[in-house]
Amino acid sequence: MDRTPAAPVFPATGPLPPPGCRLPFASQRGVAASSLAFAILLIALPLVITGLDLGNFWIRLLAMALLYVMLALGLNIVVGMAGLLDLGYVAFYAVGAYGYALLSSPHLSMNFDWIANLAPAGVHLTILIVLPFCLFLAALFGVLLGIPVLKLRGDYLAIVTLGFGEIIRIFLLNLNSPVNLTNGPQGVGEIQPVQLGPLNLARSVDVFGFTISSVTWYYYLFLIFAALIIVVCVRLQDSRIGRAWMAVREDEIAAKAMGINTRNMKLLAFGMGASFGGISGAMFAAFQGFISPESFVLHESIVIVAMVVLGGMGHIPGVILGAVLLYAIPEALRIWAKPAQEMLFGHEYIAPEALRMLLFGLALVLIMLFRPRGLWPAPQHGEKRVLPTAGGSGNAPGGPAVTAAGTAALPPAAGQT
Amino acid sequence: MSDDDIILSVRGVSKRFGGLQALSDVGIQIRRGQIYGLIGPNGAGKTTFFNVITGLYTPDAGEFSLEGQPYEPTAVHKVAEAGIARTFQNIRLFGEMTALENVMVGRHVRTHSGLFGAVFKTRAERDEEAAIRSRAEELLDYVGISQFGRYQARTLSYGDQRRLEIARALATDPKVLALDEPAAGMNATEKVALRGLLEAIRRDGRTILLIEHDVKLVMGLCNRVTVLDYGKQIAEGLPADVQRNPAVIEAYLGAAHA
Repeated sequence: MDRTPAAPVFPATGPLPPPGCRLPFASQRGVAASSLAFAILLIALPLVITGLDLGNFWIRLLAMALLYVMLALGLNIVVGMAGLLDLGYVAFYAVGAYGYALLSSPHLSMNFDWIANLAPAGVHLTILIVLPFCLFLAALFGVLLGIPVLKLRGDYLAIVTLGFGEIIRIFLLNLNSPVNLTNGPQGVGEIQPVQLGPLNLARSVDVFGFTISSVTWYYYLFLIFAALIIVVCVRLQDSRIGRAWMAVREDEIAAKAMGINTRNMKLLAFGMGASFGGISGAMFAAFQGFISPESFVLHESIVIVAMVVLGGMGHIPGVILGAVLLYAIPEALRIWAKPAQEMLFGHEYIAPEALRMLLFGLALVLIMLFRPRGLWPAPQHGEKRVLPTAGGSGNAPGGPAVTAAGTAALPPAAGQT
Repeated sequence: MSDDDIILSVRGVSKRFGGLQALSDVGIQIRRGQIYGLIGPNGAGKTTFFNVITGLYTPDAGEFSLEGQPYEPTAVHKVAEAGIARTFQNIRLFGEMTALENVMVGRHVRTHSGLFGAVFKTRAERDEEAAIRSRAEELLDYVGISQFGRYQARTLSYGDQRRLEIARALATDPKVLALDEPAAGMNATEKVALRGLLEAIRRDGRTILLIEHDVKLVMGLCNRVTVLDYGKQIAEGLPADVQRNPAVIEAYLGAAHA
């Protein structure tokens, strides 16, 4: 990104610019202009796809990729920032999805008399209530998971969180008796789509003679949520809380010694990460109209972790890139694998499904071999420079070298030997 | 000097690890603005005592008070909040974070912005963030590594990492700065520089508790010294007196020299 200034070394004296504005004004404007261009591109993309008559498949793919961006950014708070390896993240996605599904479908009315009395046509709450509910429900589950694992680290934490993810899935699978809360393996259907005022996102709408399909509406909705989540993540990263998370990740004991309440910070990270999962889950349920425990298997958790790790743990643009690539490439292969093989070899040798996983695995291995810190890792500062050693002049021209006698600020005391 | 001047008072600390009595009835009284040395041969219990004071180990017995206020060293972060900031014998920086960020983390305990402030970038949060940053820059400059603010902490040289750790501890506005063998692994010139830094910190009115192996450094720097051996306090007093104490000479050099 913009973090590495070209030629001479960092100014040796004078105040440091804040991290958000490390560039001279002109290039800052350049960044603003290119972000604007990128935003316009993202907005225009589904319209172009519609215009070219490529079908809803591609818009759907983009929309789902955005959902995964949200998920990966949520997990990035837990794994990338706070350094807590969570292999059961999909549980929060499931909690959000079921939260939305139960509050926006006839399922509860059909199974509970008292709810049927309250809402004979099924519970259909507005999204303005359901979405915050899903967010807080998922955050609550995040904190509930966090409490027992506070003292665990690394591998042990990974195993417990993995178990937690499975517990949630198995609950969803089996909570159809004695009370039918989740409808078990059959899943919950007839979930109402998002309704924003007069706009029903399940219907196509003609705007200026241009038909905007349901999928496109969802794409825009997800784009807005993804943008909000990105803003929240960026702001958190450069805040007191974000620094505390990173301190916990780097060295928990030192973080405590600096007065950080590591317990609260970890719970906050779990809750915050989970809440993003909850929002994505709710959006997923609204988008699909039907959910079942099958969507929330361990494989999903692993894929989300892979997105964070391969993209560049702790680096927001990297995580976004990881999410988009790891979702989009396998999906694109689903339809390209066959024609590509027929074109190249005249015959289909490997079934798309098998090839997809083959290439996916190969990509993971290659990335870890050649880019162990991820595709787009956080910029490194000072790594390639020869640092001035005590007494040497090094490469800090113009500034006081670190000398044996201490510093400019501290005059050497007299009479020392 | 009256007793009001005592900033850190620790009495009757005992700590047992299984069959080993690591500390028995150890106590220190540190006056404001002093550098107080804690010395002793290897395995004497210096670091154990240090970890008890800073809340890392729970003592079996002991009374603790900071500026006349009793405190319970039960949680490390509470001790830091009460006003004792420490460094570690084997440097424990936040390696992937920049030097500046390391010091900014030190301000955590004296600042208050939460999730809400960070997400909505409230005015209070922005002001506080600016204050944290400028204080951190000031401290980097104070310990003499301001030119490395944007370097990742792990890329700094050994001596500079020690300085950074001190800056980070100072960022918590400690009443007592507790340094665990800050000169360990330093060469002679780095030690002289460190001594200059510690003297400057004392001159600015801070109190320092210093564990150190380097007897020369301790004797030249400290106002008072306590000597531990096998978990017991064998001497306490002015450096020059302690140096002549037969028990101390015996502990370091063996009975033949005492």
